[in-house]
Amino acid sequence: MNPTLADFGHDNGWIVALKVVGVFVFLVVMTLFTIWYERKVVARMQVRPGPNRHGPFGLLQSLADGLKLAFKEDIMPLKADRVVFFLAPVISTVCAFTAFAIIPFGPFVSIFGQKTPLQLTDIPVAVLLVLACSGLGIYGIVLSGWASGSTYPLLGGLRSSAQMISYEVAMGLSIVAVFMMAGTMSTSEIVNAQAKGGQGELFGFEFTYPGWYVLLLLPSFVIYAISAVGETNRAPFDLPEAESELVGGFHTEYSSLKFALFFLAEYINMVTVSALATTLFLGGWRAPWPITQLGPWVNQGWWPLLWFTIKLLILLFVFVWLRGTLPRLRYDQFMRFGWKVLIPASLIWILALAGFKTMNNENLPGWQRGLWIGGFAVILLAILLWPRKRPAPKLPLEEEVAQRPEGSFPLPPIDLQVPVSPRAKRITADREPVQ
Amino acid sequence: MSLSAYVPIVWLLALAAAFGLFSVGIAPFVGPRRFNRAKLEAYECGIEPTPQPIGGGRFPVKFYLTAMLFIIFDIEIIFLYPWAVSFDMLGVFGFFEMVIFIITVAIAYAYVWRRGGLEWD
Repeated sequence: MNPTLADFGHDNGWIVALKVVGVFVFLVVMTLFTIWYERKVVARMQVRPGPNRHGPFGLLQSLADGLKLAFKEDIMPLKADRVVFFLAPVISTVCAFTAFAIIPFGPFVSIFGQKTPLQLTDIPVAVLLVLACSGLGIYGIVLSGWASGSTYPLLGGLRSSAQMISYEVAMGLSIVAVFMMAGTMSTSEIVNAQAKGGQGELFGFEFTYPGWYVLLLLPSFVIYAISAVGETNRAPFDLPEAESELVGGFHTEYSSLKFALFFLAEYINMVTVSALATTLFLGGWRAPWPITQLGPWVNQGWWPLLWFTIKLLILLFVFVWLRGTLPRLRYDQFMRFGWKVLIPASLIWILALAGFKTMNNENLPGWQRGLWIGGFAVILLAILLWPRKRPAPKLPLEEEVAQRPEGSFPLPPIDLQVPVSPRAKRITADREPVQ
Repeated sequence: MSLSAYVPIVWLLALAAAFGLFSVGIAPFVGPRRFNRAKLEAYECGIEPTPQPIGGGRFPVKFYLTAMLFIIFDIEIIFLYPWAVSFDMLGVFGFFEMVIFIITVAIAYAYVWRRGGLEWD
C-alpha cells in the first residue's frame, strides 16, 4: 500500500504539527550539514583538510559559523529602504521552506500508533507549488538588491533575477515530460508511477530494472539538472555573486542574521531542487535495484527515509563537484545558453515525446510511424540548418575609404607619422644617462 | 479531496515566517553596536560611493526584455501543464492542438531571435 492523493488531509492536528516541525528541522539540519559537506568535499578536491576543529570531523563548523553570525553587528546602510531591506531575507527564507511541503520522504509509517504518510502533505498541483515558491523567492533577491541603495547589490540583484527567471522557464519545460508520463502533478503519485519497472535479461540473469524517469526521460533530466544549477545560483552559474565583478552580489550590504537567512535560503533551495530531482526522476524514496532484492521491507516503514537522504546527498555531491571543477561562465554565454539551447531543446523534446506517445496510443502501423518520424526529422533538420543572418565581411581599410560617398569628412592619411613633440625632444636631450 | 490537504502548507509557511521574522528582529539586539559613519555608507570596496538617485537609478533595458520574454514562456508552460497531465485523455486532437500552439509561440520566438532580442551585448 503506497500513499496516494486521497490519503492526505486526514491527519490530526498534532501529527500535522509534528510533521511541520520535522520538515523544518530536516531542512535546517540539512543546511548545516550541506555547508560542512561542501567545504569538506571542496577541500578534499583541492588537497587540503577542510574544517576539522569543531566537533568530530569538524561537523559543528557550520553551527559555530551560524552562532558567530548571530553575534555580529547588524548594519542598516543609511541609503537603504528600511522596511524592504528588513523584509527581503524573510521573503527568501519563507519561500525556500514552503517549497519543501510536498516532498515525499517515504510511504506510510506509524507515528505513536497513528498511520500516516511520511510526507507533510500532497495536493493535485504539488509540483506547481515548488515552482511558485522558487518564483516568489526571486522577489527576496531582487528586493534586497534594490533596497540596499548601493550599486553592486542592485546589479547583483538584477543579474540574479534575470538568471533565475530565464532558467525557471527551462526548468518548467523540462518537467512537462514527467507529467505526461505520470498523468499527474502530485508528487506521491509520481513516485508511485515510477515503481513499476520492466523485466530485463542480461547474460541469462533476470532482473527488474527501475521505472525511474531518469532512464525513460533522460533529455528531460539533463535539462532539469542544468537549469536547477542555474536556478540556485550555484557554480558554474554563480554570476550574481561573481566576486571579481560585483563584490558579493545582492547581499553585499547584509550582515549578521539577515545575511545568515540568505545563506540558509540558498542552501535550502539547493536541497529542494535535489529533492525534486529525486522525486521526479530518481524514483523518490524507493530503494534502487540491488537493495530491493533483499525483501519487501526495504520499501516500508522508515527505511525509505534513508534511501531518500542518500539520493539527496549524491545529488548534493554533484553540486559541490561542479563547484570544485568548473570555472564560472561569462554572463552573455550563460544567458545565450539558457534561451537559445535549453528552451528550444526542451520544446522539441516535448513535441517528440508527445508525438511518440500519440502514435503508441493510436496503434499506428509501422509505415505511418516512419512517415511521421521522417517528417519530424526533416523539419528539425531544416530548423537546425536554417541559414543564419551573417554580418557583412569587414573590408580592408582602403576599400572602406574608397566606398565613402563624395564630400565625406576628410580622413587623415593611413600611414600618418605623428611627429615627436618638441618638449619631449628637449627633455630627452636634457637627461643625463643613468649609470 | 478537500482543502484540508492545503492546511499543512500554511502551517509550514507560518513557521518559516515566524523563524525568519524572529531572526531578523532579534539581530540588532544580539549583536554589538559600534557607530562608524563610513560603515553605514554603501560599500564600494573602500572608495567614495557613487551617489545613487532615489529609487535605484537606471539599469539596462535588457532586464525588462528578459522579464517580458519570461512572461510569454511562463504562460506557455502554464498551458502545457494541464495538457500534459491529461495527455492520454485528449488523444490526437489534443496533440495537434498543442503542436499548433507551440508553433505559434515558436514563430514569436524565431522573430525575437532574428531581431537580436536574445543577444546579451
